[in-house]
Amino acid sequence: MSSATTTAEVTSVAPPRERAKVLLPAILFLLLALAPLAVSIGMPAGWLALLTRALIFAIAALSLDLILGVGGLVSFGHAAFLGIGAYVTGIMITEGRSEALVILPVILGVCALFGAITGAICLRTRGVAFIMITLAFGQMVYFLAQALSAYGGDDGLTLYEKSTLLGFNPFASRTSFYYSVLIALAGAYLLVRGLVASRFGRVLRAARENPIRVSVTGFDVNKVRLVAYVISGMLAGLSGFFLANHTEFVSPAFMSWQRSGELIFMAVLGGVGSLHGAIIGAIAYLIAEDALSHLTEHWRAIFGPMIILFVLFTRGGIVGMLRKLGGRHG
Amino acid sequence: MAEPVLVLEALSKSFGALKVTDGVSLAVAPGELHALIGPNGAGKTTLVHQISGMLTPDDGTIRFRGEDVTPFNAEKRARHGLARTFQITSTIASLSALENVALGVQAKASHPLSFFRNAAIDERLNRPARAALDAVGLSERAHVPAGSLSHGEKRALEIAMALALEPAAILLDEPLAGVGKEEGERMIALLKSLKGRYAMLLVEHDMEAVFALADTVTVLVYGRVIASGDPVTVRADPAVREAYLGEEG
Repeated sequence: MSSATTTAEVTSVAPPRERAKVLLPAILFLLLALAPLAVSIGMPAGWLALLTRALIFAIAALSLDLILGVGGLVSFGHAAFLGIGAYVTGIMITEGRSEALVILPVILGVCALFGAITGAICLRTRGVAFIMITLAFGQMVYFLAQALSAYGGDDGLTLYEKSTLLGFNPFASRTSFYYSVLIALAGAYLLVRGLVASRFGRVLRAARENPIRVSVTGFDVNKVRLVAYVISGMLAGLSGFFLANHTEFVSPAFMSWQRSGELIFMAVLGGVGSLHGAIIGAIAYLIAEDALSHLTEHWRAIFGPMIILFVLFTRGGIVGMLRKLGGRHG
Repeated sequence: MAEPVLVLEALSKSFGALKVTDGVSLAVAPGELHALIGPNGAGKTTLVHQISGMLTPDDGTIRFRGEDVTPFNAEKRARHGLARTFQITSTIASLSALENVALGVQAKASHPLSFFRNAAIDERLNRPARAALDAVGLSERAHVPAGSLSHGEKRALEIAMALALEPAAILLDEPLAGVGKEEGERMIALLKSLKGRYAMLLVEHDMEAVFALADTVTVLVYGRVIASGDPVTVRADPAVREAYLGEEG
């Protein structure tokens, strides 16, 4: 066998799945880029605010998917990073530092530090113990925020202004806020996607399936997982920055364990491990939540069973369903 | 006589009251195929786990390429060139055969955990990976997910993954286990082709294969070495016949 034929085989094989991995995210981002036009042709303006909020959570769900779907680590404390991002934003704006280029490095630094310390401890455990210990760290931050009496304590902190960027006010109008978040989401998506495809990502993916094989191949599995955990936390912190600016309010509820559970559900709803699935899942979750809460005040009684049915009957989430509809399964 | 690549000195390991490894010493020379045989429960796999760093011995030392590697963990030993396969095949099921091997190439590359560039189309990884797949006869199956390969192919893939580490020694834990006759013959031919190029420690139940392949045979019974030497001498050893070969009929 000559090496020329093997090379030809490699390039000629373009699995259909690879094409779907490009097509679906491309359509998704195109639709999101066009979404504000819907307002100009008659959709209520509040709809854009809802979609902005959905994209903010999409950043957090995407970051969670990096460790949950790609790395196989079920973190039940991911909202802590979201909350840290929101609180850093709230506190800095309250203290008169509203410039995004000042706030963002602080958020990324604090989240990286928190992720490195808690991650190093959490990653000593596996399975249910990992879930419990991430939950415990999440609750720790939650109670810490409750104790921050200078910044509202239990009642939370209202922001009287929004962040600025180099003197501009990207968050002043709904449309520019939306596009700011969309750009951040697209950037985060490309970053995570690049990471997953890289050498680092390959080791992370392989370790989800077979950590022993990966370690006897010469890789420090825990180190790789810790780096992924830290990156994931930093991205979740970024979504906290947008969330604080969007709601103009931060409270300990941002980092409650229920919020962490919602993030897991968003990733599962969309289809774990696919990255764009987490984005779709977050959007679907927030739209469903909004629609149901307009119908009845007991909307959770409908939403809960819907979630259960969905998890029971769809494997691979929304992305998995779309793949089946495309007829490319099997 | 060349300096041995792998030396075990009085290795011991107990699980509670059970001595699974009892003062085992052996040496594997460069290019030598050293077979480790013994009845079920003799402690062969436990010994391989200790050599590869997945289990820590209670006592004794493991020298690899002249260095005491006893305190090293599994990944460090792998980076030093000690590769292994598993009794129960261990591959990354969702990754293609090529990617499984490329993972090993990557471990030896200058930036094993780089964040940049798409690893799947990185020729610096894929070229050596294809060569290793070629060496085990799997180049036609490069793009098949490892989980969809036949059992015999998975066994061969594991060997390609080991070769990707450019190892100085390979530990083979029953590469013929559960493999059909035809694939078994192919595996034996493959091991023969690797003989002389890599030091290999082969744990195997198939006696025909062992006596066809091995330069040296060590017999382990209840964690202890009861005989060691060239295949002809070991086969004739009365203690071995009684403890082990006799059982085979």
